[in-house]
Amino acid sequence: MTININDLNNLQLDVLREIGNIGAGNAATALAKMLNKKVDMDIPKVKILEFKEVTDILGGAESQVIGILLNVTGDITGNIMFILDYFAAQVLVNMLMYKPINDFNGFSELEFSALKEIGNILAGSYLSALSCLTNMKILPSVPDIAIDMAGAILSVPAIEFGKIGDTVLYIETEFCEGSTKVVGDFFLVPDIDSYETLLKALGVIS
Amino acid sequence: MENTIKVGMADLNVSCHPGVLTTLGLGSCVGIALYDPTTKIIGLAHVMLPSSMQAKNNSNIAKFADTAVVKLVEDMKKLGVRKENLVAKLAGGAQMFAFNQQSDMMRIGLRNVIASKEKLEELKIPIISEDTGGNHGRTIELFSEDGRLLIKTIGHGVKYI
Repeated sequence: MTININDLNNLQLDVLREIGNIGAGNAATALAKMLNKKVDMDIPKVKILEFKEVTDILGGAESQVIGILLNVTGDITGNIMFILDYFAAQVLVNMLMYKPINDFNGFSELEFSALKEIGNILAGSYLSALSCLTNMKILPSVPDIAIDMAGAILSVPAIEFGKIGDTVLYIETEFCEGSTKVVGDFFLVPDIDSYETLLKALGVIS
Repeated sequence: MENTIKVGMADLNVSCHPGVLTTLGLGSCVGIALYDPTTKIIGLAHVMLPSSMQAKNNSNIAKFADTAVVKLVEDMKKLGVRKENLVAKLAGGAQMFAFNQQSDMMRIGLRNVIASKEKLEELKIPIISEDTGGNHGRTIELFSEDGRLLIKTIGHGVKYI
Protein backbone atom coordinates (compact mmCIF):
# COMPACT_ATOMS: atom_id res chain seq x y z
CA MET A 1 0.00 0.00 0.00
CA THR A 2 1.21 3.47 -0.79
CA ILE A 3 0.20 6.35 1.38
CA ASN A 4 -1.43 9.18 -0.48
CA ILE A 5 -1.19 12.43 1.41
CA ASN A 6 -4.48 13.63 -0.02
CA ASP A 7 -6.26 10.62 1.42
CA LEU A 8 -5.10 11.03 5.00
CA ASN A 9 -8.10 11.15 7.29
CA ASN A 10 -8.65 13.58 10.15
CA LEU A 11 -7.34 11.16 12.74
CA GLN A 12 -4.10 10.66 10.83
CA LEU A 13 -3.73 14.39 10.32
CA ASP A 14 -4.35 14.93 14.03
CA VAL A 15 -1.60 12.47 14.82
CA LEU A 16 0.80 14.23 12.46
CA ARG A 17 -0.15 17.54 14.04
CA GLU A 18 0.52 16.06 17.44
CA ILE A 19 3.93 14.81 16.33
CA GLY A 20 4.60 18.34 15.13
CA ASN A 21 3.43 19.72 18.44
CA ILE A 22 5.59 17.44 20.54
CA GLY A 23 8.56 17.71 18.21
CA ALA A 24 8.38 21.47 18.08
CA GLY A 25 7.80 21.63 21.84
CA ASN A 26 10.99 19.69 22.35
CA ALA A 27 12.75 21.96 19.89
CA ALA A 28 11.49 25.05 21.74
CA THR A 29 12.85 23.67 25.02
CA ALA A 30 16.20 23.08 23.36
CA LEU A 31 16.15 26.58 21.96
CA ALA A 32 15.32 28.03 25.39
CA LYS A 33 18.29 26.22 26.88
CA MET A 34 20.58 27.49 24.12
CA LEU A 35 19.43 31.08 24.49
CA ASN A 36 18.99 30.85 28.24
CA LYS A 37 15.66 32.59 27.81
CA LYS A 38 12.03 31.64 28.00
CA VAL A 39 10.78 30.54 24.60
CA ASP A 40 7.08 30.20 23.82
CA MET A 41 5.55 28.56 20.82
CA ASP A 42 2.25 28.54 19.01
CA ILE A 43 0.41 25.35 18.21
CA PRO A 44 2.08 24.11 15.05
CA LYS A 45 0.02 24.08 11.90
CA VAL A 46 0.04 21.02 9.69
CA LYS A 47 -0.20 22.21 6.13
CA ILE A 48 -0.81 20.34 2.92
CA LEU A 49 -0.10 22.33 -0.20
CA GLU A 50 -0.03 21.75 -3.92
CA PHE A 51 3.33 22.25 -5.61
CA LYS A 52 2.14 25.41 -7.29
CA GLU A 53 1.50 26.98 -3.89
CA VAL A 54 4.59 25.68 -2.13
CA THR A 55 6.91 28.38 -3.32
CA ASP A 56 4.61 31.10 -2.04
CA ILE A 57 5.25 30.25 1.59
CA LEU A 58 8.03 32.04 3.45
CA GLY A 59 7.53 35.29 1.54
CA GLY A 60 7.66 34.01 -2.02
CA ALA A 61 9.88 31.87 -4.21
CA GLU A 62 12.62 34.45 -4.56
CA SER A 63 12.94 35.47 -0.91
CA GLN A 64 16.15 34.41 0.73
CA VAL A 65 15.83 31.60 3.27
CA ILE A 66 18.03 29.26 5.25
CA GLY A 67 17.49 25.54 4.83
CA ILE A 68 19.03 22.98 7.15
CA LEU A 69 18.80 19.40 5.95
CA LEU A 70 19.48 16.18 7.84
CA ASN A 71 19.32 12.64 6.60
CA VAL A 72 17.36 10.23 8.74
CA THR A 73 18.23 6.57 9.10
CA GLY A 74 17.19 3.76 11.42
CA ASP A 75 13.71 2.26 11.55
CA ILE A 76 12.49 4.93 9.17
CA THR A 77 14.54 6.57 6.44
CA GLY A 78 14.14 9.91 4.81
CA ASN A 79 15.00 13.51 5.49
CA ILE A 80 14.10 16.30 7.82
CA MET A 81 14.45 19.90 6.81
CA PHE A 82 14.10 23.02 8.88
CA ILE A 83 13.57 26.27 6.99
CA LEU A 84 13.83 29.77 8.40
CA ASP A 85 13.56 33.05 6.60
CA TYR A 86 16.78 35.05 6.44
CA PHE A 87 15.54 37.66 8.90
CA ALA A 88 14.45 35.07 11.47
CA ALA A 89 17.77 33.28 11.19
CA GLN A 90 19.61 36.54 11.79
CA VAL A 91 17.47 37.22 14.86
CA LEU A 92 18.19 33.77 16.25
CA VAL A 93 21.93 34.11 15.70
CA ASN A 94 21.94 37.59 17.23
CA MET A 95 20.21 36.26 20.34
CA LEU A 96 22.63 33.41 20.58
CA MET A 97 25.71 35.58 20.08
CA TYR A 98 24.47 38.34 22.43
CA LYS A 99 24.38 40.85 19.60
CA PRO A 100 21.71 43.55 19.17
CA ILE A 101 18.60 41.91 17.73
CA ASN A 102 18.46 44.35 14.82
CA ASP A 103 22.06 43.89 13.69
CA PHE A 104 21.68 42.68 10.11
CA ASN A 105 25.09 42.44 8.57
CA GLY A 106 25.02 38.92 7.23
CA PHE A 107 26.67 35.92 8.81
CA SER A 108 30.28 35.48 9.82
CA GLU A 109 31.77 32.02 9.55
CA LEU A 110 31.25 31.46 13.27
CA GLU A 111 27.64 32.64 13.05
CA PHE A 112 27.03 30.43 10.08
CA SER A 113 28.30 27.50 12.08
CA ALA A 114 26.09 28.54 15.03
CA LEU A 115 23.11 28.58 12.70
CA LYS A 116 23.90 25.08 11.52
CA GLU A 117 24.05 23.99 15.14
CA ILE A 118 20.69 25.60 15.89
CA GLY A 119 19.21 23.63 13.00
CA ASN A 120 20.94 20.51 14.22
CA ILE A 121 19.58 20.83 17.75
CA LEU A 122 16.07 21.78 16.64
CA ALA A 123 15.80 18.97 14.12
CA GLY A 124 17.50 16.56 16.54
CA SER A 125 15.10 17.32 19.37
CA TYR A 126 12.19 17.04 16.96
CA LEU A 127 13.36 13.61 15.89
CA SER A 128 14.03 12.39 19.41
CA ALA A 129 10.46 13.28 20.34
CA LEU A 130 9.26 11.29 17.37
CA SER A 131 11.53 8.43 18.35
CA CYS A 132 10.17 8.34 21.93
CA LEU A 133 6.60 8.51 20.73
CA THR A 134 6.91 5.67 18.26
CA ASN A 135 9.51 3.54 20.02
CA MET A 136 11.52 3.53 16.84
CA LYS A 137 15.19 4.08 16.31
CA ILE A 138 15.56 7.34 14.35
CA LEU A 139 19.06 8.62 13.74
CA PRO A 140 19.87 12.01 12.23
CA SER A 141 22.98 12.66 10.14
CA VAL A 142 25.19 15.73 10.47
CA PRO A 143 23.34 18.72 9.05
CA ASP A 144 24.00 20.56 5.85
CA ILE A 145 22.98 24.15 5.32
CA ALA A 146 22.09 26.22 2.29
CA ILE A 147 21.15 29.88 1.93
CA ASP A 148 19.25 30.60 -1.26
CA MET A 149 15.88 31.37 -2.83
CA ALA A 150 12.94 29.80 -1.00
CA GLY A 151 11.77 28.08 -4.17
CA ALA A 152 15.12 26.45 -4.72
CA ILE A 153 15.49 25.22 -1.14
CA LEU A 154 11.89 24.02 -1.01
CA SER A 155 12.37 22.09 -4.23
CA VAL A 156 14.45 19.57 -2.28
CA PRO A 157 11.63 18.27 -0.03
CA ALA A 158 9.05 18.98 -2.76
CA ILE A 159 10.80 16.61 -5.16
CA GLU A 160 10.73 13.87 -2.53
CA PHE A 161 7.01 14.41 -2.05
CA GLY A 162 6.68 14.51 -5.84
CA LYS A 163 7.64 10.85 -6.00
CA ILE A 164 4.45 9.85 -4.20
CA GLY A 165 1.94 12.54 -5.07
CA ASP A 166 1.23 16.12 -5.96
CA THR A 167 1.18 17.70 -2.55
CA VAL A 168 3.63 18.61 0.19
CA LEU A 169 2.99 18.13 3.88
CA TYR A 170 4.82 20.30 6.38
CA ILE A 171 4.57 21.69 9.86
CA GLU A 172 4.77 25.39 10.52
CA THR A 173 6.06 26.35 13.93
CA GLU A 174 6.22 29.76 15.51
CA PHE A 175 8.67 30.41 18.32
CA CYS A 176 8.48 33.58 20.41
CA GLU A 177 11.02 35.07 22.78
CA GLY A 178 9.53 38.16 24.42
CA SER A 179 8.13 40.19 21.56
CA THR A 180 10.40 38.62 18.97
CA LYS A 181 8.72 36.06 16.78
CA VAL A 182 10.59 33.51 14.73
CA VAL A 183 8.67 31.37 12.26
CA GLY A 184 10.20 28.16 11.03
CA ASP A 185 8.91 25.31 8.93
CA PHE A 186 9.71 21.66 9.50
CA PHE A 187 9.48 19.31 6.55
CA LEU A 188 9.59 15.72 7.68
CA VAL A 189 10.00 13.73 4.49
CA PRO A 190 9.95 10.00 5.13
CA ASP A 191 10.77 7.76 2.21
CA ILE A 192 7.66 6.23 0.64
CA ASP A 193 7.78 3.03 2.68
CA SER A 194 8.57 4.84 5.89
CA TYR A 195 5.34 6.83 5.85
CA GLU A 196 3.50 3.61 6.36
CA THR A 197 5.94 2.43 9.05
CA LEU A 198 5.50 5.74 10.83
CA LEU A 199 1.71 5.78 10.79
CA LYS A 200 1.66 2.11 11.82
CA ALA A 201 3.95 2.76 14.77
CA LEU A 202 1.62 5.54 15.83
CA GLY A 203 -1.32 3.14 15.63
CA VAL A 204 -3.36 5.06 13.07
CA ILE A 205 -3.18 2.51 10.29
CA SER A 206 -3.14 -1.24 10.64
CA MET B 1 6.42 44.22 -18.52
CA GLU B 2 3.93 42.93 -21.08
CA ASN B 3 1.98 39.76 -20.49
CA THR B 4 4.15 37.87 -18.00
CA ILE B 5 2.88 34.37 -17.24
CA LYS B 6 4.11 32.59 -14.14
CA VAL B 7 4.87 28.88 -14.40
CA GLY B 8 4.71 27.10 -11.03
CA MET B 9 6.48 24.00 -9.79
CA ALA B 10 5.41 20.94 -11.80
CA ASP B 11 3.67 23.20 -14.28
CA LEU B 12 4.05 24.32 -17.89
CA ASN B 13 2.71 27.04 -20.14
CA VAL B 14 3.03 28.49 -23.65
CA SER B 15 2.65 31.98 -25.05
CA CYS B 16 2.39 33.79 -28.37
CA HIS B 17 4.36 36.94 -29.11
CA PRO B 18 4.49 39.29 -27.27
CA GLY B 19 4.84 37.38 -24.05
CA VAL B 20 7.15 36.47 -21.20
CA LEU B 21 7.15 33.17 -19.35
CA THR B 22 8.80 33.04 -15.94
CA THR B 23 9.43 30.48 -13.25
CA LEU B 24 10.74 31.45 -9.83
CA GLY B 25 13.29 29.73 -7.63
CA LEU B 26 14.44 26.74 -9.62
CA GLY B 27 16.52 24.48 -7.40
CA SER B 28 17.03 20.87 -8.37
CA CYS B 29 14.09 21.27 -10.72
CA VAL B 30 14.82 22.06 -14.36
CA GLY B 31 13.33 24.81 -16.48
CA ILE B 32 12.90 23.66 -20.08
CA ALA B 33 12.47 26.63 -22.41
CA LEU B 34 11.38 26.14 -26.03
CA TYR B 35 11.38 28.86 -28.68
CA ASP B 36 10.36 29.09 -32.29
CA PRO B 37 12.25 31.99 -33.95
CA THR B 38 9.88 32.15 -36.94
CA THR B 39 6.58 32.53 -35.03
CA LYS B 40 8.11 33.86 -31.79
CA ILE B 41 6.01 31.38 -29.84
CA ILE B 42 7.52 30.29 -26.51
CA GLY B 43 6.96 27.47 -24.05
CA LEU B 44 8.32 26.82 -20.56
CA ALA B 45 8.11 23.78 -18.26
CA HIS B 46 9.24 23.50 -14.62
CA VAL B 47 9.90 19.79 -14.13
CA MET B 48 10.68 18.10 -10.80
CA LEU B 49 11.52 14.52 -11.66
CA PRO B 50 13.30 12.82 -14.55
CA SER B 51 10.91 10.07 -15.57
CA SER B 52 7.22 9.31 -15.37
CA MET B 53 8.09 5.64 -15.80
CA GLN B 54 9.59 5.40 -12.31
CA ALA B 55 6.75 7.10 -10.48
CA LYS B 56 3.76 5.40 -8.94
CA ASN B 57 1.58 8.43 -9.40
CA ASN B 58 2.21 10.01 -12.79
CA SER B 59 -1.03 11.83 -13.43
CA ASN B 60 0.61 15.27 -13.50
CA ILE B 61 2.51 15.20 -16.79
CA ALA B 62 4.13 18.59 -16.18
CA LYS B 63 6.01 17.09 -13.24
CA PHE B 64 8.27 14.80 -15.27
CA ALA B 65 10.93 15.74 -17.81
CA ASP B 66 9.93 13.05 -20.32
CA THR B 67 6.20 13.81 -20.42
CA ALA B 68 6.46 17.58 -19.96
CA VAL B 69 8.62 18.05 -23.08
CA VAL B 70 6.12 16.13 -25.20
CA LYS B 71 3.17 18.09 -23.82
CA LEU B 72 5.00 21.39 -24.30
CA VAL B 73 5.69 20.61 -27.97
CA GLU B 74 2.04 19.56 -28.47
CA ASP B 75 0.72 22.76 -26.93
CA MET B 76 3.06 24.86 -29.08
CA LYS B 77 1.99 22.98 -32.20
CA LYS B 78 -1.60 23.95 -31.42
CA LEU B 79 -0.49 27.58 -31.58
CA GLY B 80 1.02 26.97 -35.01
CA VAL B 81 4.61 25.96 -34.31
CA ARG B 82 6.47 23.52 -36.58
CA LYS B 83 8.54 21.17 -34.47
CA GLU B 84 11.52 21.46 -36.84
CA ASN B 85 11.81 25.17 -35.99
CA LEU B 86 12.06 24.69 -32.24
CA VAL B 87 15.19 25.33 -30.22
CA ALA B 88 15.65 24.65 -26.51
CA LYS B 89 17.42 26.22 -23.54
CA LEU B 90 17.85 24.59 -20.15
CA ALA B 91 18.37 26.05 -16.68
CA GLY B 92 18.36 24.66 -13.15
CA GLY B 93 19.23 21.16 -12.00
CA ALA B 94 21.32 22.41 -9.10
CA GLN B 95 22.40 20.42 -6.11
CA MET B 96 21.22 22.58 -3.25
CA PHE B 97 22.88 20.60 -0.48
CA ALA B 98 26.45 19.46 -0.77
CA PHE B 99 26.49 16.41 1.44
CA ASN B 100 25.78 12.83 0.63
CA GLN B 101 26.34 12.95 -3.10
CA GLN B 102 25.82 9.23 -3.50
CA SER B 103 22.16 9.23 -2.65
CA ASP B 104 19.55 9.50 -5.36
CA MET B 105 17.90 12.44 -3.72
CA MET B 106 21.06 14.49 -3.98
CA ARG B 107 21.76 13.75 -7.61
CA ILE B 108 18.21 14.49 -8.67
CA GLY B 109 19.20 17.81 -10.27
CA LEU B 110 21.73 16.16 -12.54
CA ARG B 111 19.29 13.37 -13.38
CA ASN B 112 16.63 15.93 -14.28
CA VAL B 113 19.05 17.63 -16.67
CA ILE B 114 20.09 14.36 -18.30
CA ALA B 115 16.48 13.22 -18.73
CA SER B 116 15.50 16.57 -20.26
CA LYS B 117 18.39 16.39 -22.73
CA GLU B 118 17.56 12.82 -23.70
CA LYS B 119 13.95 13.67 -24.45
CA LEU B 120 14.89 16.77 -26.45
CA GLU B 121 17.43 14.77 -28.42
CA GLU B 122 14.84 12.11 -29.12
CA LEU B 123 12.50 14.77 -30.50
CA LYS B 124 15.43 16.30 -32.45
CA ILE B 125 15.12 19.67 -30.77
CA PRO B 126 18.58 21.26 -30.52
CA ILE B 127 19.70 22.71 -27.17
CA ILE B 128 21.35 26.01 -28.02
CA SER B 129 22.37 27.06 -24.51
CA GLU B 130 22.14 25.98 -20.90
CA ASP B 131 22.96 27.08 -17.37
CA THR B 132 22.64 23.97 -15.27
CA GLY B 133 24.20 22.34 -12.22
CA GLY B 134 26.01 24.22 -9.48
CA ASN B 135 24.61 24.67 -6.01
CA HIS B 136 22.40 27.73 -6.31
CA GLY B 137 18.82 28.57 -7.16
CA ARG B 138 17.74 30.37 -10.32
CA THR B 139 14.79 32.46 -11.44
CA ILE B 140 14.32 32.46 -15.19
CA GLU B 141 12.39 34.58 -17.70
CA LEU B 142 11.87 33.62 -21.32
CA PHE B 143 11.16 36.44 -23.78
CA SER B 144 9.17 35.85 -26.98
CA GLU B 145 10.89 38.81 -28.68
CA ASP B 146 14.12 36.94 -29.40
CA GLY B 147 13.98 33.80 -27.24
CA ARG B 148 16.51 35.12 -24.76
CA LEU B 149 16.47 33.52 -21.35
CA LEU B 150 17.20 35.73 -18.34
CA ILE B 151 18.74 33.97 -15.36
CA LYS B 152 18.69 35.64 -11.94
CA THR B 153 20.41 34.26 -8.85
CA ILE B 154 21.24 35.27 -5.31
CA GLY B 155 24.98 35.92 -5.16
CA HIS B 156 25.78 34.40 -8.56
CA GLY B 157 24.85 37.32 -10.76
CA VAL B 158 22.35 37.91 -13.55
CA LYS B 159 22.84 36.83 -17.14
CA TYR B 160 21.20 36.02 -20.43
CA ILE B 161 21.70 32.74 -22.22
